[in-house]
Amino acid sequence: MKTLVLVEHDNTKVADATLPVVTAAAKLGEVHLLVAGHNCGAVAEAAAKIAGVGKVHVADDAAYANGLAENVAPLAAALMADHDAFLAPATTQGKNVAPRVAAHLDVMQVSEILSVEGPKTFTRPIYAGNAIATVESTDAKLVITVRGTAFEKAATEGGSAAIEAVSGAGDAGTSSFVSSEIAKSERPELTSAKIIVSGGRALKDAETFEATITPLADKLGAAIGASRAAVDAGYVPNDYQVGQTGKIVAPEVYFAIGISGAIQHLAGMKDSKVIIAINKDEDAPIFQVADIGLVADLFTAVPELTGAL
Amino acid sequence: MKILVPVKRVIDYNVKPRVKADGTGVDLANVKMSMNPFDEIAVEEAIRLKEKGAATEIVAVSIGPAKAQETLRTALAMGADRAILVETEEEVEPLAVAKILKAIADEEAPGLVILGKQSISDDSNQTGQMLAALMGRPQGTFANTVAVEGDSVVVKREVDGGLQTVKLALPAIVTTDLRLNEPRYASLPNIMKAKQKPLATKTAADYGVDLTPRLKTLKVAEPPVRQAGEKVADVAALVEKVKALGIA
Repeated sequence: MKTLVLVEHDNTKVADATLPVVTAAAKLGEVHLLVAGHNCGAVAEAAAKIAGVGKVHVADDAAYANGLAENVAPLAAALMADHDAFLAPATTQGKNVAPRVAAHLDVMQVSEILSVEGPKTFTRPIYAGNAIATVESTDAKLVITVRGTAFEKAATEGGSAAIEAVSGAGDAGTSSFVSSEIAKSERPELTSAKIIVSGGRALKDAETFEATITPLADKLGAAIGASRAAVDAGYVPNDYQVGQTGKIVAPEVYFAIGISGAIQHLAGMKDSKVIIAINKDEDAPIFQVADIGLVADLFTAVPELTGAL
Repeated sequence: MKILVPVKRVIDYNVKPRVKADGTGVDLANVKMSMNPFDEIAVEEAIRLKEKGAATEIVAVSIGPAKAQETLRTALAMGADRAILVETEEEVEPLAVAKILKAIADEEAPGLVILGKQSISDDSNQTGQMLAALMGRPQGTFANTVAVEGDSVVVKREVDGGLQTVKLALPAIVTTDLRLNEPRYASLPNIMKAKQKPLATKTAADYGVDLTPRLKTLKVAEPPVRQAGEKVADVAALVEKVKALGIA
């Protein structure tokens, strides 16, 4: 089977989110990559070095600079004439593009796979991960998004794939990029962080969240996450949200601070290796999944913990 | 401008789903069902656009069992003008839903189709993007803000690193994220009025769409259960545990 993996990038670097997808694709067959971007030669070169990659298709065109799905999907769909499976990371970018590719190919997408069980059989979470479905595709071609935390990352060195320039129809003329507000942070990225410190509604307001959570995260070199309640209340930006509809994370250690543990939040973090919960409500559902729990007032416990580490 | 808003009847978000003992799916018998939360946000956004004068009519659509009429009545009570139920007792996959919606869009010619970004039942997150591809129109997925400006719509999207703003030529497809708005509750008089609003019932065959599933569900199982660990007595004990993990 020949697979085509959509490389996630910012025209300068390959995003880590691409690497587990390469691993998933390798379970199906030969791995080809698609780099669609503008002035993205460095991305193509880095992509060619990823272990296990057979070929890198590069479409360099201003129309692909911002990854607009209207422009990228027809390009990917056309390349699928010579491939059997299209795979993308289950990131906002992958989720934006892949179903559009699937519709062009008249294929029912398999979303957010957790494992490859056979050439056309996969497991995927449904109902916020409260059930795991095993599904088999009957379509001639496959379109798949991959949950990054479920597969090992492919090595970024060791490959020497050929790079081939391809071109597509370019600008579909229906959409344009206006601007982006991407937070620049020295912190590790949430979905690939080894340690995450997350705060919930109990943090009261943005200032208290910052004053309580940030020092602990700084001390541990951790990424900062949040429950939906904390994001909705405006304590932190939307891209901090961990949960069914936010980011799915599986760090080595996850601190849940002032988070009660709604099933929608648990869906996003319950595959963490160690979960540590601090909450003053001893009946909070978070304690049912926590490896280490402390029933305490977070406003005294967290500074004390930070000070002692 | 007309706005089409597809809505899905799903298990209520407060209910913990249970897997059937025979492993064929999730037990929906005697379980509270509600409108998919993201679809409520879609209905609300359509109503707000109408209140601002950017839209003239809101058509709610549901593809599902006869009981999905209740979901459509909720949309009508919130403020949609009329409804279409495409009735089927079978599970319908996103691709088939998108094909039916495409056929309805061909008839209704909406300027905007606003959908929830995913249903909280199968969590696919596909229908809006598929519909956009089938219609050959642009998409503003995971919308945080929607503004109609002349013959285009400007959508601020929630993306992994933050926010991205795109400008789309109408007609366009928008899918909603959580923070687009806070849906209103339907008032009692509006619930009564909604009973008089038109609701047409159709079938997939009316639109010439084959509902045969492309994915075979071989098994549905409970996820591995995570065992609760221990509670520590105080911060000092927690510090010991954290240090033992070798992270500090």
